[in-house]
Amino acid sequence: MSENQNNPADTSHEVTVTPEAGTAVGHPERFPDPGVPDHKHRLTDTDPRAAKRAERTVTILFVLSILGTVGSIVAYVMVPPDGTTSGVRLSTLLLGLCLAVSLLGIGIAGIHWAKSLMGDKEMVQERHPLATNEEDRAIAVQDLNEGLADSGVVGRRGVLKGAFFGALALFPLAIAVPLIGSVGGDWNVSKFKHTMWKNGTRLAIDPSGRPIKAADVTVGSVFHVIPETTEEFRSTHEWINEKSKAVVLMVRLNPEDLRTDQSPEGETWSHEGIVAYSKICTHVGCPVALYEQQTHHLLCPCHQSTFDIADSAKVVFGPANRRLPQLPITVDDEGYLVAQDDFAEPIGPSFWERLK
Amino acid sequence: MSTATHDTKREAPAKPTTTVGKAADYLDQRTSIGVAVKEFARKVFPDHWSFMLGEIALFSFVVLIISGFFLTMFFEPSMALTTYEGEHPATMHGQLMSVAFASTLDMSFEVRGGLLMRQIHHWSALIFMASIVVHMMRVFFTGAFRKPREINWIVGILLMILGLAAGFTGYSLPDDVLSGNGLRITDGVVKSIPLIGSFMSYMIFGGEFPGHHIVPRLFTLHIFVVPGILLALIALHLFLMVLQKHTQYPGGGRTDKNVVGYPALPVYVAKMTGNFFMVFGVLALMGATMSINNVWNYGPFDPSPVSAGAQPDWYMLFLEGSLRLMPGQGTEWVIFGYTLPLNVLIPAVVIPGILFTFLIVYPFLEARVTGDDREHHVLDRPRNKPARTGLGVAFLTAFIILALAGSNDLIATHFALSINAITWVFRVLFFVGPVFAYWVTKRICLGLQRKDRELVLHGHESGRIVRFANGEYIEVHTPLDDQERWLRVNFEAPAPLAIAPKTDARGVKRKGYGADKRWQGLSRFFYEDRVSPVTPAEVAAAHSHGEHDELSGSERQAVEAGAGTTSREH
Amino acid sequence: MKALAARRHHRLAPVVLLLLALLTTGGVYAALAPSTAKAETVSTADIETGKKLFQANCATCHGANAEGTDGVPSLVGVGAAAVDFQVSTGRMPMQMNGPQAEAKPPQFDAEQTAALAAYVASLGAGPAIPTDEQVDPTQGDPSNGMALFRTNCAMCHNAVGAGGALSEGKFAPALWETSERNIYQAMLTGPQSMPVFNDANITPDEKRDIVSFLVEQREGSAGGNALGALGPVSEGLWAFVIGLGLLIGAAVWIGAKSS
Repeated sequence: MSENQNNPADTSHEVTVTPEAGTAVGHPERFPDPGVPDHKHRLTDTDPRAAKRAERTVTILFVLSILGTVGSIVAYVMVPPDGTTSGVRLSTLLLGLCLAVSLLGIGIAGIHWAKSLMGDKEMVQERHPLATNEEDRAIAVQDLNEGLADSGVVGRRGVLKGAFFGALALFPLAIAVPLIGSVGGDWNVSKFKHTMWKNGTRLAIDPSGRPIKAADVTVGSVFHVIPETTEEFRSTHEWINEKSKAVVLMVRLNPEDLRTDQSPEGETWSHEGIVAYSKICTHVGCPVALYEQQTHHLLCPCHQSTFDIADSAKVVFGPANRRLPQLPITVDDEGYLVAQDDFAEPIGPSFWERLK
Repeated sequence: MSTATHDTKREAPAKPTTTVGKAADYLDQRTSIGVAVKEFARKVFPDHWSFMLGEIALFSFVVLIISGFFLTMFFEPSMALTTYEGEHPATMHGQLMSVAFASTLDMSFEVRGGLLMRQIHHWSALIFMASIVVHMMRVFFTGAFRKPREINWIVGILLMILGLAAGFTGYSLPDDVLSGNGLRITDGVVKSIPLIGSFMSYMIFGGEFPGHHIVPRLFTLHIFVVPGILLALIALHLFLMVLQKHTQYPGGGRTDKNVVGYPALPVYVAKMTGNFFMVFGVLALMGATMSINNVWNYGPFDPSPVSAGAQPDWYMLFLEGSLRLMPGQGTEWVIFGYTLPLNVLIPAVVIPGILFTFLIVYPFLEARVTGDDREHHVLDRPRNKPARTGLGVAFLTAFIILALAGSNDLIATHFALSINAITWVFRVLFFVGPVFAYWVTKRICLGLQRKDRELVLHGHESGRIVRFANGEYIEVHTPLDDQERWLRVNFEAPAPLAIAPKTDARGVKRKGYGADKRWQGLSRFFYEDRVSPVTPAEVAAAHSHGEHDELSGSERQAVEAGAGTTSREH
Repeated sequence: MKALAARRHHRLAPVVLLLLALLTTGGVYAALAPSTAKAETVSTADIETGKKLFQANCATCHGANAEGTDGVPSLVGVGAAAVDFQVSTGRMPMQMNGPQAEAKPPQFDAEQTAALAAYVASLGAGPAIPTDEQVDPTQGDPSNGMALFRTNCAMCHNAVGAGGALSEGKFAPALWETSERNIYQAMLTGPQSMPVFNDANITPDEKRDIVSFLVEQREGSAGGNALGALGPVSEGLWAFVIGLGLLIGAAVWIGAKSS
C-alpha cells in the first residue's frame, strides 16, 4: 500500500508472501467495492397482517406502560414504607417494578415500532473533508490579520502588550489568595505529629469510654482503645479529629511470646505482656484492626499490610514500610492502664516533612 | 445533502394553514430553526449495536441527573453532629452521627421512593462508568480515535476522569464508615506527595482529617462543579460526533467519503428514545430489586472501625489493587531527612499516571508510527490491526489484574485461597500478564487474518467430496460472494516506516537521524508482522495454478464421467 | 500524676480503696457466678461420661488428661463454653489439618456435648455456657450492638457479619447461620485466630447487644437482594453481569435488522 514497501532498508517480513509478480499481469491492484448490499424486505413490508400484528404489539406495550405508571401511584398510596426493613423493601420493590414497567413499556414499544414499521432502507450521504476550503481559509486568515492590525498591537507597543497579558495573568490572584489562605484552616500541618495522649492519660474502651484495668486484659484479649475523656468532648468534631490519630489497639501476650517491643534502652513501654500500638496504618492510614490471636499478626483489611505484634509490630507482609508506633503504657496506682507519653514518632501514613 | 430525500424543489413558502405549521412559521421567523431542521432531520446515522454503548453512558447520565435531583431535595450536606432519633433502622437509633448521615437514613426509610431513587442513582453511577469503559474499548479496538477524532478521544478520556471524580465525590457524601475510610486512604495518598502533600491534605479537609468541611465541599463538587463540566464536555463530545458524522463499520458501499445508515427522523430518533427508556427501565429494575450501598450497614463515620471488604466502587478498584500489590519493604526513602513514600506514590500516582498517559497519547503515537495523515471514517476490524488490538488487550489485562488484586480478600474467602499467595500471584501477573496477553492477542489476530486470506483465496468448504477418475478425492470449495470477500480484502496492512539514510549524497551526517531511527524501531514493533489483503491477482493465481481443491475444465469432465452423480454450480 | 499522689494520702483514700476492692471482687464474682451456678447442675455422672467420650475422641491430640501436646492447646481452664462452641459447631473433633478448623455437621449430640463440656470444665475453672437469657436477642439493644460490632468485630467478620479473609488462607466465617449461643461463646472464648473478648472488655449485656444486632441483620436488606452484603465489589460485579448485560442485550436487539 505505501510507497516505502520496497525500500531496501525495510527488513521487515510479511507473514504471508505475495506471489511472484508475473501472475499479477492484467489484474486490478485491488478488488472493487461491491456497493451497498441489496435491500431485503422485512415481513412487515410484504405481509400486511404482520404489519398489523406489530402495530398491535406496540399499542399493547404502550398501554402496559400506562398501567405501570398507574400501578406505581397505587403502590405509592397503598404501600407506605413503615420504616421496618421488610416494609421499606416492599415499598421499594413495588414502586421500582412499576416504574420499570412504565419505562420499559415505552422503550420496547418505541424500538419495536422503529424496527418493524418505520422505513428500513439504508440511505447514503456524502462526507465532506473537515478542513475548510482554501478560499475560505484565505479569507479567515485575512480577517484575522485585519483584526489584529486594527487593534494596533502588531509589531510595536511591547509595554502595552506586556501590561495587557500581565494584568490578565495576575487578576485571578485577587480571588485565589484569600481562597487558598482560608481553605486549609490554620495550615498548621505540624498537628500531624502529635496526638492527645500524654503522660497519665488513661486507656479507655472504644466506644464506651470505660477506663481499662491491667488485670482486665487477659492473655489473648484485644482491646480497641481511646484516650479517656469526658462524654461531652466525645460528641464534638475536635474529638473525631483527635480520635483519628489517637486510636490504639492493645493486646496481651504471654510474656514469653513477646519477643521485642519498641522500648528504648532503660525504658519499659509495655506492661506484663500488654502492648499498645497505634491503630492507624503506616501505609495510608486505615485502621489496622484485624488481630489474629494465634499468630500475633495484625492485618489491615484495606490493603493487607501485616504487622507482627510479638515482634515490635514490624511489617511482615503487604505495602506498609514502617512498623506501627507503640504507645508507651504503664499502670497507675489504681491499677488502670495509663500512657507514659505521646507516641515517640508521628502516627499514620508518611509525609514529606515527617522526620523534620 | 442526501441523494434521495432533498431533491424536491423547495418552492416559495406558502402561508401555513395548520396549527403546527403556524407554530413552526412563528418559531422560524424568530430563530431560523428551519436551517437546523433541514440539516438534521434526515441526517444519516450508521446503525450497529456497539454504537449504542456511548448512548448507554449518555442515558445513564441523564438518569443520574433525574434521580440526583430527587436526592438533593432530601439530603443535607452538613457534618453537624446529631443524635439519630428515628426508630428505623433499629441499629441506628440513638447513635451520634452527622446530619448528612441522618438525612441519608431519613430519605431511605421515611421518604417514599427515597431508597429506590438512592439505589437507582448509585446503580446508574456504576453503569455510567461501565458503559464509558466499554464504549472506550469499542472506540479503541475499531480505531475510531484516528484522524479526525483524536480531539474527541481526549474529550472522552476527560469525561471518564470526570466520571471517576463524580463517583468518588458522590459515594463519600453519606459520611459513613466505608466511604470515610476511602477518604482516609485518599488523605494518606495525598500526604505522600512530596513537598506539598501535607498542605494539600489541609486544603482538601480544611484542616486535619476528617474535620467538618469535607462533606459540604464534596457536595458542591458533586452536584455543581463536576456535573457542570461533565455536561459541557458531553455537549462538546456530541457536537464533534455530529460535526464529523459517525464512523461506520466496513462493508459494501461504505467508504471514507460517505456515511450509510438510517435517517435521524424517524428511525434513529425513535431507537434513541427507546434506548433511553430501556436504560432507565433497567436501572429502575436494578434499583427495585438489588440493594446497593446500604450505609446503615457501615454506620456513621467513626475513625476507629473498618470492615472486611473495605473497597471502593468498581471503577476505583484498580487503584485499590495497585495499592495492595505494592510491596512495602525498602520502598520508603528518606532523603536529607525528607520522607519519600514510594510504596504509596508508585501505586497511587505513577501507575494510574502511566495508564492515563497511554490512553491520551495512543492516537498520536499510532498516527506517527503509521505515517498516516488521512481522515478515517471506516472502522477497522480489530484483527486487521494486530499490534493495536494486542496493546489494547494488554492494557485491559493490566486493568483487570489490578481490579482483581483490589478484590483479593473476597477471592480468598470465596475460593478458599490464601490472601498472601493471591497477592504474590498478582504481583507477578501484573508484569507477565499484559505481555502474554499482547503476544497471544497479536497471534490470534494474525491467525484470523490468515484465515480470511485462506477464505478469499479458496472459498468456503462446501462439504461436498468429489472423487477423480484417478482415485484422488477433493472437497469442493465455493468461492465467496462479493460482499463477503469485500469485508476480508478491504483493509490496509501498513509497513514499518522507511527513513532517509544516515548521510546525504555528499556523505554529510543528517540531522534528526537518531530520532527517525527510534520512530522506525517503534514502527517495526507495530507493523513488522503483518498479513496483506488478498489482491485479485492472487485469487487468479490461486485458481490458475490448479490448486488441489479447484476443478479445471478437463478435470471436471473426468469427474463427471467417473462419479456420474456429482454436479457443480461453481 | 502529682494530683493523684497527693490524693492517695487523703484520709478517705482507704475507704475509696476498700470500695474499689469490693467492686472489683463483685465484678469478678459476677463474671464467674454463672459458671458456679452451672457447675451445680452438672452431675458427676455427666463428668464421667464426658471423660470417656474425651478419651475416645479427643485424647489423641489433646492428651489423655487434656493437658495438650505439641502444637495442640491444653484444655485445662478453657471452660465449658469453649467446648460447647467447638463441638456443637462441628469444628472439633477436627477432620484434617488445614489453615483452620472449619464448621461442619456436629459429631456429637447435645447430651454428649454437654457431658464433654462438663468434663473439661471440671479440669479447671473457665467461662461457662451462657444461659438462654444471656443470649436472648430480644433483650439486647441492636443499636449499641452495632456500635460495638463495628469497632470490635467488623474488620474480620464484615460490617454485617458476612465474613472476611484473614492471612494465609484463614478466614473469619459468616455469621448468618451461627446460633446466638455460639456467637456469645466465640466472643467469650476466642476460638482459633479470634481474640478473646472477656467480660471486662465487652460486658455480658454488651455481648447480648451484639447478638441482637446480628440477629437483626438476618432480616436482609431494606433495598432488596443484599447481594451477599459484600460491599462494592459484588455490587460492581452485578452491575456488569445484570445491568450492562441487559443493556448490551437490548443494544444488540436495537441494532439487529428486523426479519
